[in-house]
Amino acid sequence: MSITGEDVQDILRIIDDMEVDRLHVRTGRFELSLRRGDDGEWTQSARTTAQPVLVDDRAAREQPAPGGATPADRAAPAREGLTEVRTPLPGAFYRAPKPGAPPFVEIGDEVTETTVVGIVETMKLMNSVYAGAAGTVADIRLGDGDFTEQGTVLMFIDTQAGGTAS
Amino acid sequence: MILRRVLIANRGEIALRILRTCRRLGIEAVLAASDADLASVPARLADRVVRLGPPPPSASYLDVDAVLAAARTADVDAVHPGYGFLSENQRLARACAEAGIVFIGPTVKQLAAVGDKLEARRHAVAAGLPVVPGGPLEDTADAARLAAEIGFPLLIKAVGGGGGRGMKQVHDPAALAATIDLAVAEAGAAFGDPRVYLERFVATGRHVEVQLIADGENVVHLGTRDCSVQRRYQKLIEEAPAPALDPALREEMHRAAVALGRHLAYRGLGTVEFLVDVDRGTFYFLEMNARIQVEHPVTEAITGLDLVAEQLAVAEGRPLSFGQADVTFSGHAIECRINAEDWARDFQPSPGTVTEALWPLGEGIRIDTHLQAGATVPPYYDSLLAKLIVHGQDRAEALVRLRGALTRCAIDGVNTNVPMHQAVLDDAEFAQGGVDTAWFTRFLRDHSATGQVTVGGTHG
Repeated sequence: MSITGEDVQDILRIIDDMEVDRLHVRTGRFELSLRRGDDGEWTQSARTTAQPVLVDDRAAREQPAPGGATPADRAAPAREGLTEVRTPLPGAFYRAPKPGAPPFVEIGDEVTETTVVGIVETMKLMNSVYAGAAGTVADIRLGDGDFTEQGTVLMFIDTQAGGTAS
Repeated sequence: MILRRVLIANRGEIALRILRTCRRLGIEAVLAASDADLASVPARLADRVVRLGPPPPSASYLDVDAVLAAARTADVDAVHPGYGFLSENQRLARACAEAGIVFIGPTVKQLAAVGDKLEARRHAVAAGLPVVPGGPLEDTADAARLAAEIGFPLLIKAVGGGGGRGMKQVHDPAALAATIDLAVAEAGAAFGDPRVYLERFVATGRHVEVQLIADGENVVHLGTRDCSVQRRYQKLIEEAPAPALDPALREEMHRAAVALGRHLAYRGLGTVEFLVDVDRGTFYFLEMNARIQVEHPVTEAITGLDLVAEQLAVAEGRPLSFGQADVTFSGHAIECRINAEDWARDFQPSPGTVTEALWPLGEGIRIDTHLQAGATVPPYYDSLLAKLIVHGQDRAEALVRLRGALTRCAIDGVNTNVPMHQAVLDDAEFAQGGVDTAWFTRFLRDHSATGQVTVGGTHG
């Protein structure tokens, strides 16, 4: 088991009066650095080096992640004349405002720069994704609920095909 | 039943928090972790780790079958659900009971009693607790009579709404009928349910809650917590005891919370949430949380209790080892939630890899965190990175300690809201104590005006 907060406080009490302003403790399971600042106050940084002991969970269910497609599966090559719409954050991409609702956009829809084309859920927060360009939705690369890395291409906008600039 | 092995069905700081108490009590701790958390600090420190499933919560931490399969695989005596995820899930509680595994929480019946807001309100009324005056609106002709009973200003709330959606304020009796018509039409369109109800509008409200621990027979309160500093219904700062509260009102809230606990023959940790109506000098029951809460450490700081240990003892079927007279309160504690979000950019979430995590140490300072240098902050879960808890002889000393401790927090690699907490500490109204639930919105607006923060900016 790693060292506890109480243990660290005990160590501090021992060394507080000593001419020491740094202490580094390293065991087989953790590393702990204590540092005294110019104001005499202490900070700590810890690193747990112990490796997790995984239970053989073959009995547990094995299943692919729903909507867990990796961006590599859906690598989107650059397409001439088309503008890419990329995810501002990593997270789950949703095409509709709520389950069962119609998608924000479909292929062929006209969009402006400020049209919301999807939502990326990051850390339980819903973040709107905007088209960023005026034109027509030419291609949609991700499905509803797919997980995306930051900067993944979500869709392409054909800026030559119409749409009203905002 | 003596618990020998517990499955912790949660992640992050609360998983580590539960793990530490299990270890101290000699209970083997098995962690159920999603693939995103297999290398996390709680996973490294647990006695064993069972793979729960893929990273999305729906496929791991929220999957009752996966949690139950993990419990069976690890052959545990009990499941501790922590907070969030399945902590108040009746299906998990029932499935555990059927499998002969202890669910560390209240009974299925109690979860049902407080899990539904209207049902909880019914129980609160039965236990003699004050609730926000109001009622359902059967027809508009009835509205004037009900409004007169409640008093203006009042709120029209959509039955299908929630989280602040579907509410309209009415200040003038002359505007009542028209506003109701509009609210009914909008509720039907927005929520597919045109039903609305009237409720007294509390202009200046504080969120104050009372912590309970109970063994099914004895119910003991562990004092108040103030959680009024919130953004979009998410708590940011919590204090114990609630500052600047009339002593008689505080005592009444203690009594009310205990009365509800007794009415339910409650077993486990529970929190009774109240809305304090500052202008009227009274309080109303809001809801009851049937789990351990994020803000439990401030109560631990002023009572000297280990709430996880008490929770485990009650789960073992043991009676409480202390009564109300044995609980003493000492000093004042404040907790700051340190989140991976950038308050200067409209609180944009900030997942990533932490390159450095330096935490303060010292008298009266406690950090509950799973965050270390090299740790990954995944995008799948909430943004809580750490809780900084300070305890002092009084609120003034706690504030001084908090100010010093915040300056010594250094997290690199992801953005955090530490600068926001520092700005809050510099605010005179907060320093005085007892701010209401609308205060943080005003604070943000003021800071937006001074250019310190962008409010309402677009994401990405």
